[in-house]
Parts: sequence; structure tokens; C-alpha cells
Amino acid sequence: MSEPVIGIIGAGKLGSTLARIGTSRGLPVMISSTHPVQDLKWVIDTLAPGAVSATDQDVIAKADVIILAIPLSRYQDLDPAAFAGKVVLDATNYWKEVDGTHNTISSFTHSSAEVIQDWLPAAKVAKAFNHMGYHDLEIEVDRHPDVPRAMAFATDHDDIRPLVAQVLTAFGFDPFDLGPLRFGLLLEPGSPLFGEAIPRTEFAAKLAAIYASPFGQQIIAARGGEIK
Amino acid sequence: MTATNYEFGLDTFGDLAFHDDGTALDGGETLRQVIKEAKLADDLGIYRIALGEHHRPEFAISSPEVVLGAMATVTNQIKLGTAVTVLSSDDPVRVFERFSTLHGLSHGREEIMLGRGSFTESFPLFGFNLEDYNSLFEEKIAMWQKLLEGKPMNWTGKYTQKLTDTTVYPRLPQGETIATSLAVGGSPESIIRAVAYDIPVVIAIIGGEPIRFRPYVDLYKKAAAQFKKPERPLGMHAHGIILDDEAEAVEVGFKYIKAEMDRIGIDRGWAPMTRDRFEFEIDKGSYYVGTPEQVAQKIARNMKALDMKRFDLVYGTGGQLLSQREATIRNFGERVIPRVKELLGGE
Repeated sequence: MSEPVIGIIGAGKLGSTLARIGTSRGLPVMISSTHPVQDLKWVIDTLAPGAVSATDQDVIAKADVIILAIPLSRYQDLDPAAFAGKVVLDATNYWKEVDGTHNTISSFTHSSAEVIQDWLPAAKVAKAFNHMGYHDLEIEVDRHPDVPRAMAFATDHDDIRPLVAQVLTAFGFDPFDLGPLRFGLLLEPGSPLFGEAIPRTEFAAKLAAIYASPFGQQIIAARGGEIK
Repeated sequence: MTATNYEFGLDTFGDLAFHDDGTALDGGETLRQVIKEAKLADDLGIYRIALGEHHRPEFAISSPEVVLGAMATVTNQIKLGTAVTVLSSDDPVRVFERFSTLHGLSHGREEIMLGRGSFTESFPLFGFNLEDYNSLFEEKIAMWQKLLEGKPMNWTGKYTQKLTDTTVYPRLPQGETIATSLAVGGSPESIIRAVAYDIPVVIAIIGGEPIRFRPYVDLYKKAAAQFKKPERPLGMHAHGIILDDEAEAVEVGFKYIKAEMDRIGIDRGWAPMTRDRFEFEIDKGSYYVGTPEQVAQKIARNMKALDMKRFDLVYGTGGQLLSQREATIRNFGERVIPRVKELLGGE
């Protein structure tokens, strides 16, 4: 398989870091932000040399995989029609410092990635790149070249699983398939898996014990049982 | 600051400390201890001490200027700063009044570091909406810069009071100002903004390999050229413990620095720090933990790699025993700073 073109929407901490990891590993990367391309370009040329600064429209049209690296609360800025048929990796998390204290998006009943999938019904959404801090993404890739860290993903679209796994591998991680998108809730802030940059076996052990944690208990309380 | 003129300082958030027998100091005792430590730092010739504003159980300092005012009366040359003042949830006029008061008390040794703050307790505490995080900061920093002009002021804002031909007292003496810097983390936008404001930047490099921040340093320099603003000297801030025995420093660090990071992690949904990660931070990352020579080598190496002119060491992280805190301060002043200067080839 040839390398998929990686599109990143959002050029903040996470977006620029992912762009840098991608280009440093030889992947073709396009990135867009809320700033005009000429204002973004000199920033990206410095932070992620080799990544192409573009408009959202360009990124959506030309990339094989589109990573959402925007504040979660801005998901309704995304044009559902433009994403029809696109593969989307949702790397967002609800973060009150950015998204505000009135959280109407994430809860213990569903994954915020399901909200994104509902907003982009014709896109194929996977949740990925969200359970590691943006600073850790870079550190952990380089620290453990021999034992790559597990990067979990979840999606309802079986046909994109190989592509998602390929992208996560290309970024230097060990893809860990959690199953359908609703399982993405297990990766969100407060979860024992959130913030974890550990090998597959340790990740699997933590996952197996998740319903014993306060976070897991809150999921059971909210959903009336474990996520099935 | 000339090219070879480096600044080395100490930072503390007023972490509740421990007596050597393990009993805890309360908030007041910790505050008085910090005053003693500022006096020691002053005697050692350390350039600055800077205090963080927090509103949390593990830190005694919520009103840094009051503490700095007390320090002003028992010290002679050390700069008295904040790291940081959370301007977004404060009133810039009152901040100006407190710092111009400190200017008078300290013969102009006050410094303010503005930051958006990585903690958010101050927003609900003072009646601000976290939703306005960015716009509050933008407006208040503009107001702060206007206040520094020291002239009768006209101001209309969305989040701030209207001022009409208003003078704020005490006035700064003619030609004097309040030294202001801006704290930034890993956000490209905040680096660019600092250049636009023409305020010197201090980067919190508290985890991972410091060299990873080189792109942000380059971005700062490029932004200065882009906006035709002067390149100001850059600074960095990081946690450290400096003891004569390396193994002891590592254990003290693992006990106290890890405890503090884990405490913060609970609020933010992070996993606890592993021993492996902690040791990585000492070996290659952002913890300056070890003997004076080890720490000096590491500081010099990273300052050189990142073109830094200022290094502020956070001491007493997680509390620590009084003797451990004192050892870090003494080692920093007596052995590390001279050695770093020597390694950097500066004065």
C-alpha cells in the first residue's frame, strides 16, 4: 500500500504535533486551521517542515484520512456535506479549558466520537489519537522504537479498519482495535486508559479491569451496564 | 540583558512543606518559610525568586504580591516576581496597583509574569466564565500594556471597567516600568501572540525532551521577523532537586515531584506517573534532579540547545523536607549557577 495522504484540521498543539510526527516519518501531510493559508504557512513551515498548509476544503478534498484536531465544541463548524464518504479520525476530547464548562457533548452514556459521527453521517468516523497527550505523542514514539505504544481506535466501519491501523502504525504506534465507536467512551478523559502510553499487553490488562475503576462504574451506572 | 548576561532564578508555588521529622507545615508556616528561603536566595546572589498564584489545597500562595511585599523588606537585590499572575481572572487595574506598590516597597525589584494559567480554579472563584478564557486574556493584556504607559487612561472594554482620563496610583516614577514577561506552554498561537505584544517569553518545559521545544523557539524568532518586532531573550522554567547525593535526589524527586504530578493528573484525567517515565525525565527529559554538576550540565546543555537566556528552577515541588529545600537552593546558588555560566562561556 502506498502511504495515505494525511489531512489535519486544526493547527494548534495537537494538530501541529501530529503534522510534525507525520512529516518526520515521511508521510504526506496537509494541514489547515482557522487562519488564512498565508498566515498558517510560515508557522507550519517552522513547526512541521514538509507539511502542506491548506484550506479546510483542500484538506477534506485531497486527504485520504482526515484527523480532527479542533476543539471538540467546534464540531458543528464542520460541513457535513463536504465529509461525505471521507475517513475521519476524531482526536478530540472534551476539555473544559477550551470547550467551556457547559458540557452538552460528552457523558457516560456515549462517546463524544458518536456525536461527531452523527454530525457527519456520510463520513466514516473512527476515534483515535485521543488518549495520549499531544506532548506524549512525540515523546513516546521516539522513546520506544522497539516496543511501540498502543494507540486505541474505535469505529463502526469495518472497511476502514485496515486503513486506520495503517495510519496509526505509520505514525509509530501499535494499533489497538477496541471495536465499535461506542467503545471510544473508554478512551475519554477520566478513564484509566486516558493519558496512557503503554505497550499492547499492559493496555489490554487495563482495559480488562476498566469496569472496576470509578470511571467504569460511572459508565455502568449511566448505561445500566457495561458497553456491549 | 546583553548576549552573555544570563538570568537564573527560583520559582515556587508555595507547596506545603515538611519539617525534617516529617510533620507538615501549615499554610502560614509555609509562607514564612518561603520568606526565609527568599532571604537565603538573596544572600546567595540568585537573580530572582518568582511565586505562582494558585487556589488549591496543596499550595499556600494565592496572593503572591503580599508575599513578595514581605520579601521586599528582608532582601536587598533579588528580583521579586510572579510565575504566574493569572491576569484573565484578575482586575488589571488592581494588579497594576499591587505591583506599583511592590515597585515602591522593593525599589523597583518587582517583576510580573502573565499567563493564562494551567489551572482554572480562579475563574469560578472570582466570578469569571471559563468560556471567556481567551477573550479575557486578550483584553486584559491589552489593558495591562496601556496601564504600563503610566498616563491618565481612557479605556473601554467588554470584560473590564470603563476608564475616563483616569490615573492609577501609586504612579510609577518617571521612566520606570513593571518588568513584564509572558508564560507560554506548547501552543503556537500563544508564542505568536507574545511576539505581537512584544513581551519576553518564558516557556514552561516541564515534561519530555527539552529539544522538542526548538520548533517553538524557531517560531518565536520567525514571528519576530515577520511582525518586525525585536527578538527578546527567551526563558524557560522547570522542576528540580539538587542534592550532593544523586540517589537521594532521585528518591526525593520520585516521592514529591511524582506525587504532585499525580495529584494534578487526578484533576485532568491523566494516569499516574510511572517510575520509567520519571527516570526518563531525569535522564533525558525535563527534571533537573541530581548532583550540582549533573544539574549544571543539563541546564547548560538545554539552554544552549534552545537559545535560552533565562532559567528558572522550580524548587520544593510537592513540599519536601526543609533541609532538602535548603540544599537545593544553596546548591543552585553556590554551585550550579556559577558552573552553568562557566559552561555557557558567559559572564
